[in-house]
Amino acid sequence: MTILETGSSERVTGKRLLRREDPELLTGEAKFVDDIVQQNALYMAILRSPMAHARIVAVDTAIAKRMPDVFAVMTGEELKSDWFAPMPCAWPVTGEMKNPPHYPVAADVVKYVGDAVAVVLASNKVAAIDALAAIDVKYEALPVIVALEDALADKELVHPELGTNTSYVWKLEPDKSKVDQAFASAAHVVKSRFVQQRLLPSAMEPRGVLVVPQPYGSEYTIYSSTQIPHILKIMLSLTVGVSEAKLRVIAPAVGGGFGSKLNVYSEEVLALTLARKFHRPVRWTEERSEGALATIHGRGQIQEIELAAEADGRLMAVKVNLIADMGGYLQLLTPGVPLLGGFLYHGLYDVPAYSFTCTGVFTNKTPTDAYRGAGRPEATFAIERSMDSLARKVGIDPAEIRRRNFIPPEKFPYSSAPGLVFDSGNYLPNLEQGLEKVGYAQIRAEQQIRRSRGSKKHLGVGLSCYVEMCGLAPSKVLGSLSYSAGGWESATIRILPTSKVQVVTGTAPHGQGHETSWSMIVADRLGISPEDIEVLHSDTAIAPYGLDTYGSRSLAVGGSAVYLATDKVLEKAKLIAAHHLEVAAEDLSYKDGSFAVKGSPDKAMALSSVAFEAFTAHNLPEGLEPNLEATVTWDPPNFTFPFGTHIAVVEVDEETGATELLRYVSIDDVGNQINPMIVEGQIEGGIAQGVAQALFEEAIYDGSGNLLNTTFLEYLVPSASEFPSFELGNTVTPSPTNPLGVKGVGEAGCIASPPAVINAIVDALSVFGIEHIEMPASPEKVWSAISFSRGNSR
Amino acid sequence: MFPASFDYAKATSVADAISILSSVDDAKLLAGGHSLLPLMKLRLASPGMIVDIGSLTDLSYIEDKGDYVAVGALTRHHDVQNSRLLKSVVPILPYVASRVGDPAVRHRGTIGGSISHGDGASDLPAAVLALDAKFVLMGPKGERVVPASEFFVGFLETVLSSDELLTEIRVPKFSGGWSFQKFNRRAQDWAIVGVAAVNNGHTRISLVNMGPTPLRATAVEAALADGASIEVASGRASDGLDPPSDLNASSEYRRHLAEVLVKRALAEALR
Ligand SMILES: Cc1cc2nc3c(=O)[nH]c(=O)nc-3n(C[C@H](O)[C@H](O)[C@H](O)COP(=O)(O)OP(=O)(O)OC[C@H]3O[C@@H](n4cnc5c(N)ncnc54)[C@H](O)[C@@H]3O)c2cc1C
Repeated sequence: MTILETGSSERVTGKRLLRREDPELLTGEAKFVDDIVQQNALYMAILRSPMAHARIVAVDTAIAKRMPDVFAVMTGEELKSDWFAPMPCAWPVTGEMKNPPHYPVAADVVKYVGDAVAVVLASNKVAAIDALAAIDVKYEALPVIVALEDALADKELVHPELGTNTSYVWKLEPDKSKVDQAFASAAHVVKSRFVQQRLLPSAMEPRGVLVVPQPYGSEYTIYSSTQIPHILKIMLSLTVGVSEAKLRVIAPAVGGGFGSKLNVYSEEVLALTLARKFHRPVRWTEERSEGALATIHGRGQIQEIELAAEADGRLMAVKVNLIADMGGYLQLLTPGVPLLGGFLYHGLYDVPAYSFTCTGVFTNKTPTDAYRGAGRPEATFAIERSMDSLARKVGIDPAEIRRRNFIPPEKFPYSSAPGLVFDSGNYLPNLEQGLEKVGYAQIRAEQQIRRSRGSKKHLGVGLSCYVEMCGLAPSKVLGSLSYSAGGWESATIRILPTSKVQVVTGTAPHGQGHETSWSMIVADRLGISPEDIEVLHSDTAIAPYGLDTYGSRSLAVGGSAVYLATDKVLEKAKLIAAHHLEVAAEDLSYKDGSFAVKGSPDKAMALSSVAFEAFTAHNLPEGLEPNLEATVTWDPPNFTFPFGTHIAVVEVDEETGATELLRYVSIDDVGNQINPMIVEGQIEGGIAQGVAQALFEEAIYDGSGNLLNTTFLEYLVPSASEFPSFELGNTVTPSPTNPLGVKGVGEAGCIASPPAVINAIVDALSVFGIEHIEMPASPEKVWSAISFSRGNSR
Repeated sequence: MFPASFDYAKATSVADAISILSSVDDAKLLAGGHSLLPLMKLRLASPGMIVDIGSLTDLSYIEDKGDYVAVGALTRHHDVQNSRLLKSVVPILPYVASRVGDPAVRHRGTIGGSISHGDGASDLPAAVLALDAKFVLMGPKGERVVPASEFFVGFLETVLSSDELLTEIRVPKFSGGWSFQKFNRRAQDWAIVGVAAVNNGHTRISLVNMGPTPLRATAVEAALADGASIEVASGRASDGLDPPSDLNASSEYRRHLAEVLVKRALAEALR
């Protein structure tokens, strides 16, 4: 079933159209911030603290100031009077949340390695970087807190003035007695502790910003490698103290973000502050190793999860306790990220009782924030790992424990214990399709054969069934969660006099292919070619309203707004056509770019003629405004809830501990698909990123708060060589939440894949009695676990 | 990542390169740049002058010299990997070259650069050590020939003096079994541990990333010569060695890997 109404006899949506964005990206023609040519610009470089926690005793900039091509060198102390307000945190999750003021350059105390201490402006980039080495800073070391448990203990404090390292405690416990009863009467209780390691988002394009003051009137154009030009404009105005009406933010080509560019960064605030101070363009491009310290990190949690179940494995309650690493300061959404998963720790299972607590703590590390999946990968990992443990306890297959617990299709819309309403879902056929595609029974058989032969290469298969919430979001719900913005999206459609079409969207694509997908939606509705449609975005002067791109929201919310705006402009066009054809509007039908009188198809008027009439306005219906343009701002009534089954097959080499991912099957249900090729691209990239968390990536800190792997030599982002070809399939359960029936796909792959891989490894290693391997499951970790288990059994 | 500023000279011949090296204090040769430039960008090296030998194409060759093959120092990994001659008479070398980095690295990096750099974690130095190759070094006083076993001295340190150039690698032909085992986590990475084994009457084994230089597994070689089984001999893979601990692997795990990989290498080479 599909909900989409079409004005086209041949559907464009559902086709695998090539992405119109790709030619310029693939030929290197796309312009990123650093590609923009700007005369007379000052290059900014930032001196960063090598200490995780220290008092700044003295900063000597005298030599740096005298170096060739250096324009200015400023310390945090000297910049104090230039700040208007501290850096923004838009999500005060509780009334009591502690949020110490955070300024772009530290004046007194540094809180993490990478915290800014001084800034250089020079007439070229190399001079700016060279001058950094000439600045002499004297630090007095302060106690460093790295481990989350140490932070919780409050023996030493990251921000002594707060009296505690705890920023907030957030609880979601609709019915405590129900949870207590469930655990008291449960036949099985499974309790686990998992570590969600810190991750470096690693977008292909590092961050960058260029602020250009306009010649007169103190207006500023800000080019930034950001996912959120609209939110950035508001936040820069509030933080720097420039009228919002004088700011224009442009996100040019943006090379990925994964949440790391869903933020307001000190370099953006600094560049605007300094451009205003010196009336000169100011630019900055992050270096890769600098980004490892200065761009937010993802994850960073310790999870405790307890399941209560009946004798047959049916779940009675889920209880979760998180410690979440905030890092040294709260960035834009830092405190809220773990809570985005807080509603989903029961997964896609029918669980009557629920309790979730999250404690956010400060540490002397780079701040954390949203990273692809933001909260939902963590939730999915915890529940899907625990379901495997429960299956073992009950003595049934991991597939069977899931079958017994799925929310049945007749329960949709499903009101979950934590208080969400799942829009639509049909989980069992999705799982069965995955099991069949991977050949589950044959794999289990081969596993047995290998075991009986005493093979040292152990086969493992791991399931991960997931549901996530995306399509952020109903504004009212965001309000109830104390989030400082709404979740609506805006779209404008313009049918130009020459009948070409412009679509303006408030979403801000940075690699996802919105231009292609949005043009397909409009092409279908108008019955014209996608080539006649241009999609404009990511410039607040062109698209004044929008809430940007994150949380897999763009299609479900922004795409829906585009669809509704197209409907709206067609309604207006219909009035004009009816006027000219001298019939009532109701008597017209629309197809393939033309209005025709129902019953007499030769009486017709093309949309192109309507557009020209709307432009000349010589003969319009009484009271109708000229031009064919419509704007819709749409606030979704609910989140959307994509789901699916991911299955990993691994081979673990007992001698080296190495894991090889042999096969990866995924069956995803993201509702209707506008462009299946783009859907697959998102899923494949997501799977790779999630497998990276499971097997490769981890930001490693030493006890003094030094990040040890700031290059790609040591921070192991995998490449295509490390993966098999993914075997993708899908089911389609349209969402009733939006007119397109879509659910969102940007994060699904990396939400689902980590537990699939770890479940597979633990399955392979179950012969050794191993019950868990922390991520990333490096060969050494696996080898150590095997050696340890042997030591124990001897 | 930007290097500190430096002067640049393009050498027109081997003699020209040597004369620049002799006249400038802190000059460094630049071949493929795939080891030197990363160090400079990280500012772990800041030479005052770069002497670019990249256009000395007369140092790029692979020639049959009877009982050995002469490989010019500027021969790219890609060309070593695809040499028909090497594949037929020293098959381990093209195979090892094929496991270096990724295609971009193999098209720029040179065998001479890799050997001169003397990194104990690199693949080709260990391979030429197991092969008992000889190196031709040219300096202001002329030419000297140094066996691989005497060439690598310490961490990124070789017998090359600051005014010398490696011009040729002489690789003995052999007809026996061989194996190269490289253990890493991503296809383009350096080895966490690697093992090269060459069996030409007697067996020579060398180790990658088990110490500051490429190393011969002398204890294993001796055990084999005494008639020990593969199982027993490989147990001695890290005897007397002190492998490094880093983010990729602890010293203890490296010892273990060396045993496993030597066992696998011997099983293949002695087949
Ligand atoms: C991403 C990446 C991955 C890599 N992966 C691997 C890998 O898996 N395995 C591996 O073994 N290596 C790897 N390398 C290193 C690569 O093989 C280098 O190319 C090689 O080690 C150095 O060769 P070069 O020609 O680039 O030398 P350069 O970088 O130009 O020079 C290296 C050093 O040798 C000196 N030198 C160069 N030529 C001569 C000469 N003829 N005589 C005297 N001195 C000379 C230079 O002065 C310099 O000190 C990798 C490199 C990169 C960038």
